[in-house]
Amino acid sequence: MLKTFTKGGIHPPDRKLTAHTCIQSLPLPATAIIPVSQHLGAPAIPVVAKGDYVKTGQLIAKGNGFVSSNVHASVSGNVAKIEDVTDISGYRRQAIVINVAGDDWLESIVRNEFLDREIKLTGEEILKKIADSGIVGLGGATFPTQVKISVPRGKKVDCLVINGVECEPYLTSDHRLMLEKGEEILVGVELLKRAMDVKIAHIGIENNKPDAIRLMRKLTVSHKGIEIHALKVKYPQGGEKQLIKAILNREVLSGGLPVDVGVVVFNVGTAFAVYEAVQKNKPLFERIVTITGKSVRQPANYRVRIGTPISSLIQASGGIPEDTGKIISGGPMMGKALINADVPVMKGSSGILLIPSGESARNKMQPCVRCGKCVSVCPMGLEPYLLMPLTEQKNFDRLEVEHVMDCMECGSCSYTCPADRPLLDYIRLGKSNVGKIIRSRKK
Amino acid sequence: MSVTILYTIISLSLLGAISAVILYFVAQRFKVYEDPRIDLVEAELPAANCGGCGFAGCRNLAENLVKAETMEGLFCPVGGNAVMSKIAVILGRQAVIQDPRIAVLRCNGSCEFRPITNHYDGVASCAMVSAMYGGETGCTYGCVGCGDCTLVCSFDALHMDPVTGLPVVDDAKCTACGACVKACPKNLFELRKRWKGEKKIYVACLNEDRGPVASRNCKVACIGCSKCFKICPFEAITMHNYLAFIDSDKCRLCRKCVTECPTNSILEIGFPVKKTLSDEKAVIS
Amino acid sequence: MDQLLTVSLSPHISAGQSVKKLMFGVVLALVPAFLVSLYLFGLGALFVTIFSIATCVIFELAIQKYILKTAVRISDGSAIVTGLLLAFNLPSNLPWWMIALGAFFAIGVGKMTYGGLGNNPFNPALIGRVFLLISFPVQMTSWPVPVAARHQYLDAVTGATPLGFLKESVRNGEQIPEIMKQLPDNMQLFMGNVGGSLGEVSAIALILGFIWLLYKKIITWHIPVSMIATVFIFTGILWVIDPSLYAPPLFHILTGGVLLGAIFMATDLVTSPMTRAGMIIFASGIGIITVIIRVFGSYPEGVSFAILIMNAFVPLINKYIKPSRFGKEVKHG
Repeated sequence: MLKTFTKGGIHPPDRKLTAHTCIQSLPLPATAIIPVSQHLGAPAIPVVAKGDYVKTGQLIAKGNGFVSSNVHASVSGNVAKIEDVTDISGYRRQAIVINVAGDDWLESIVRNEFLDREIKLTGEEILKKIADSGIVGLGGATFPTQVKISVPRGKKVDCLVINGVECEPYLTSDHRLMLEKGEEILVGVELLKRAMDVKIAHIGIENNKPDAIRLMRKLTVSHKGIEIHALKVKYPQGGEKQLIKAILNREVLSGGLPVDVGVVVFNVGTAFAVYEAVQKNKPLFERIVTITGKSVRQPANYRVRIGTPISSLIQASGGIPEDTGKIISGGPMMGKALINADVPVMKGSSGILLIPSGESARNKMQPCVRCGKCVSVCPMGLEPYLLMPLTEQKNFDRLEVEHVMDCMECGSCSYTCPADRPLLDYIRLGKSNVGKIIRSRKK
Repeated sequence: MSVTILYTIISLSLLGAISAVILYFVAQRFKVYEDPRIDLVEAELPAANCGGCGFAGCRNLAENLVKAETMEGLFCPVGGNAVMSKIAVILGRQAVIQDPRIAVLRCNGSCEFRPITNHYDGVASCAMVSAMYGGETGCTYGCVGCGDCTLVCSFDALHMDPVTGLPVVDDAKCTACGACVKACPKNLFELRKRWKGEKKIYVACLNEDRGPVASRNCKVACIGCSKCFKICPFEAITMHNYLAFIDSDKCRLCRKCVTECPTNSILEIGFPVKKTLSDEKAVIS
Repeated sequence: MDQLLTVSLSPHISAGQSVKKLMFGVVLALVPAFLVSLYLFGLGALFVTIFSIATCVIFELAIQKYILKTAVRISDGSAIVTGLLLAFNLPSNLPWWMIALGAFFAIGVGKMTYGGLGNNPFNPALIGRVFLLISFPVQMTSWPVPVAARHQYLDAVTGATPLGFLKESVRNGEQIPEIMKQLPDNMQLFMGNVGGSLGEVSAIALILGFIWLLYKKIITWHIPVSMIATVFIFTGILWVIDPSLYAPPLFHILTGGVLLGAIFMATDLVTSPMTRAGMIIFASGIGIITVIIRVFGSYPEGVSFAILIMNAFVPLINKYIKPSRFGKEVKHG
């Protein structure tokens, strides 16, 4: 019996078109646009100026405050300008634009392929290296990793959970990383274990990746204290609360964090980045991105430098299909629709999905038929059919009572609704209003 | 008439009479004393219950007016000075005269001037679009066009213009209650000083992007060139973040800034159309 | 590519379900019962069914277009389902003008007055049926004899239904074992060769429909199984206490509207609770009230009333029976 979370969940078709496509390196762009805010928390502050020559891996923006992250140059060349650039949201944010010249890496970076298993540093030293290297949660949340490792006073962590689930349809970057860099990921997990002084780590992998499960099980034979768990294929298995419930059968309380039940969750991509940062002195400036979609000519997984415009990625996959209606950054369930293809790849970009125009338009909304499907699929036990009219009526007090803040915005409700009701749109609006009220209460 | 009917009439009438007497005494015993002036004040108020005064309905404002020591900070925008003076007489206090105000939309980025860069597909609510992203155009400060403001106006003063895609304020109906100001997620509405003939001069733009970026996204955006700021003889204009702002309390409607503005970002409403040189040449020939 | 991109909020894919698909799934599930009714009641069944569906759709179209002046939504199939279920609750010799009246009441009063699809608290088909039952008790309780009356409509030969016969006989003081000997046996009840309304007679046809609904995930098992189980247990207890006064539980399940009500009427999406626990409570209530009316009440059949009564409780059930939240405080560790 495969483990899984017990409440709710849906089964969208996998569509892992690129599951068997090896990772290729994307050629460098002509210009790299590197935003200073690619993470949760305060934007980083530039430490270079217009005209400066920077090397690949050089620090170009310093984290500002405790919850922040460093940003490094992903290319070498001259800083063309530091200006506000339109990002995924359509709003303008500060970014450092570099005209690419060659690929000159910092001398300190160890560029060989040798698999360095030896852990020479103490937990504190590992933490410092992770903080310096600008590592953030690569599953998409982009939470600064050094903050996650620093457990608040009074809380005790007894194990790590590593997320190799990749439950979103179409995305395969984590899958390929496990297949091609599995050993490095395990060393990264050992480094995280030492940094957090924890004896055991559990890696969860969905059962639609049998080759990855087999390989990781074989590799962990020589790693005591790391266990592989094959999980039932169900969305959203990759949500950290659902993952902890499935593997450890612990439930994070409403409004709480995994650290409250003694667990911290990291993505396999983050573990790999930790390996590169600590063992190879390589800061985070490139990541694996899946370019995929029904009409895409050559869907593939690429190793992309941060700051590469998404249009380069689309170009490499055979050019933008004529019938493209939407470009999504991320997966089809939780990804963000882009305004155009000129935005750059950032630390949190796990995949680019092109949707044909025939499937891009929403159906017209119908009245709620009270079928209750949204209630049965919600993994958090909420009632979306009720949260939507409460938001329309601006009844924010009742929304709070109905636990709207527990919603993880997975999209299962809107996916399932037979009446095509935009449930998640309204729930998000309700959450933002209730969040404002809660914050003003705390003041 | 049968005995049953007679008994029924007598017993029910008696029941009714006894209940009436009991109710009378109970009403007298449990009567809540309310200052009679509250009713008098409430009668003067327009009974729109729009919330523009900041209180929950006209009666709530009346209660607060009677309770307060002065009329400072208590003003009904719908009734205006006329109504407040009458209330001042009732309460024997000094009325606080306020300049009449009118709601103005600080955006002129119609479909003609502001090209769209993507198609939004979803719930047609400004709050929703604004919470999600910058909008269908390159200007993230401008009007989203879904009409949340038209839904909150209790005076039927706001309607969407299908050609421009922007809301239009009906000057005759607007009472400057402030509901649209609260409803717009981009804060585009401003309550400005109201002039005779509904004359208005204002910068119809809230764009704080640098000049070249702003004008790329909208033909009539304010590019922050400061020409208006330099020409204003009354120091009514301030510049902040590449955006000009005309203080309606200082402005004298001299219209010098309107001709100076290179992007036609400053609008003049309610003035006779100025004859340009080319018009006059056309008339002569 | 020179068209503009579309931007919308996630999720960007959908399960592909629609209200129309749900409704037509229900219609398909009722096809076995319809075929059986054609075999048993022939001409009358055909006419009543088609006329009922037609009048329901026409009334919904007319009310939406001319009275409410809102969008016309007959294409979502809900009026067709209401018409079909109303027909299945009627005898096959009901005059056409009564069918039309029932349809008007079901759609106009039972559904449109509340605001259309999704807003009605009571099952519209049952509202129509109960209205007709109370207004025209004689015509609504004269049941054509199966097979023999196939080629007749208004002038069909009529006879008592098993439940009607049971009620009469018990009132006359007869003992249950004797009564049961005069009634069709369980196999006949299962196949449907008995008198009754169009859709309720054949257990096998209805169960086939149930399997189809479960397979297509249109309904879950909770309501039908709870309702049938409650009727079985309650009548079983009574039968065990005194088998000479109370009919056996299997008889109660196979006769009357229990199966039709459990599978198609109580499970109506709009008027049933939203949570699994709520559904079980709702269905159990229906089962208990059905048995009370059948055994202790003056009507021979109680399913329609039981469902309508429990429909009234659904908002209360939805308010207090909430799904268990993830991460709720666990009291016992």
